[in-house]
Amino acid sequence: MFEIRFHGRGGQGAVTASKILALAAFKEGKYAVSFPFFGTERRGAPVTAFTRIDPDPILLKTQVYTPDAVIVLDSYVMNSADVMNGLDSEGFLIVNTSADPEKISRSFRVATVDATAIAVDHGLGNRTNPIINTAMIGALSKVTGIISRNAALSAVRELSPRKKDENASAADQAYDLVKIGWAE
Amino acid sequence: MTGNEAVAMGVKLANVGFISAYPITPQTTIVEKLAEMVANREIGARYVEVESEHSAMGAVFASELAGVRSYTATSSHGLLYMHEMLHWTAGQRLPVVMSVVNRSIGPPWNIWSEQTDSMNQRDTGWMQVYCESNQEALDTILMGYKIAESKDVMLPLMSMEDAFILSHTSEPVELPSQEEADSFLPRLDLPFRIDTGNPLGYGSYSTPDGPFMELKKDMMESMKNSRQAIKKVTREFADTFGRDYSGLLEEYMMSDADYALIASGTLASTGKYVVKNLREKGLKVGLLRIRFFRPFPDRELIEAVSGLKGVGVLDRSVSFGTAGSMTNEVRAALYGKADIPVAGFIAGLGGRDVRIEDFRKMYSMIADGFSGSTYINARGGE
Repeated sequence: MFEIRFHGRGGQGAVTASKILALAAFKEGKYAVSFPFFGTERRGAPVTAFTRIDPDPILLKTQVYTPDAVIVLDSYVMNSADVMNGLDSEGFLIVNTSADPEKISRSFRVATVDATAIAVDHGLGNRTNPIINTAMIGALSKVTGIISRNAALSAVRELSPRKKDENASAADQAYDLVKIGWAE
Repeated sequence: MTGNEAVAMGVKLANVGFISAYPITPQTTIVEKLAEMVANREIGARYVEVESEHSAMGAVFASELAGVRSYTATSSHGLLYMHEMLHWTAGQRLPVVMSVVNRSIGPPWNIWSEQTDSMNQRDTGWMQVYCESNQEALDTILMGYKIAESKDVMLPLMSMEDAFILSHTSEPVELPSQEEADSFLPRLDLPFRIDTGNPLGYGSYSTPDGPFMELKKDMMESMKNSRQAIKKVTREFADTFGRDYSGLLEEYMMSDADYALIASGTLASTGKYVVKNLREKGLKVGLLRIRFFRPFPDRELIEAVSGLKGVGVLDRSVSFGTAGSMTNEVRAALYGKADIPVAGFIAGLGGRDVRIEDFRKMYSMIADGFSGSTYINARGGE
């Protein structure tokens, strides 16, 4: 079973990102579930969402405690939440930032992508409130390989309520631009 | 789709003609989806907005009595506010189906999963089903109407989803076609209804000598009849759609088990995952999932625990002054029928996650012969 945890803020689309990932995996013949952890949910508050992917039906319905990958939609969340909790040294940590992976951490397989810039370039939201979840899906596809590029793009298209082409193109570009911080 | 979307699809497939509800987290997305379907004319139902859950059940009561298949959904405090009308709907023998998204009761305010809200309704005369997957949440709407509308049952049914853990979790769901659903669930033909051409009074008055006591006795009889109806409809559903929900009580890896945990809802699903893992380590454990809490599967439980060395009951609810709500009922059912220790575990109140290690601890306590009642993963000792 492959477990992914998303960290973001209310309104950034962490929950939708977890659904897009699950749909992409489902399109490739796997079982997938996605679920949010709502705290005091409101715009701007830290939000966590989870996705589980497995070849077999998924019975486990707890939160994710030992993720294989952690996706950080807003690097400032890292100041207030222990996003690396439960991640081991082989785990993937993908952060939305313009910084290089080495600046984030050397303890995990770290990748960074400037999803905010990509989103703004594609007219998704604006500088203060960019819609970056679809770009993060593209980066996740490249970094983890848990979903193919094609499945990622097709799921992004399907679950984007509007600007389907722009969202798919943002995910596609993030796939190419994500910076991988470890020797493959 | 999410559990709440699956429920809304079930309502659509059931050809419900009347919906009335008042929104409350985490039920809201069910009625949002249904209101959208009504507005887009994807569903032929009438949707009536009301100012409270008490009125929602009042509206549903009236429409069902007019012979129209009716639906509502609520959670937590909304369900408590509806309590009086639940008795009226059951007492009037109206086969309404309602979804309850199980959420805790304040204070303090808390929106997360707990079953105390629906456990509080156990004596209202409603049948109760606890679902463990989004697929089951959808399928139970279809099965629910068919069971409730069985002529020898005629009692309402509430179908439960754990807050967020089902209601807001997305997983793959197979959608029956409308034709398949229609052939499985025929149109409602209420044997008694409000009819201006044949005016009759309903729910009027009875003295102690009147039929009051006999009517209550008859409800108990119908609840008894529902056991057969549940088994029959579940079998028909399996024949039609290929998904078998095994009636009132589901047995998981029980054939050669020594110890079992009795659970419901999504806790049973995680429990199955743990059972599978413990089995790989050679431990002879199983799980019994209570699908129907009303009628209570007492005979099924007695049969299922025969040969076991110990059982435990996992409750996501509490009855202050005794133990977990299901624990009490299981102990009562097994008293004098099965000579084994029955442990009671209260866990997950207010949405606290019940983790893999919590399940392992419960199984190990059952194997140690624990027969008391205790809390799992609560601070401040047991």
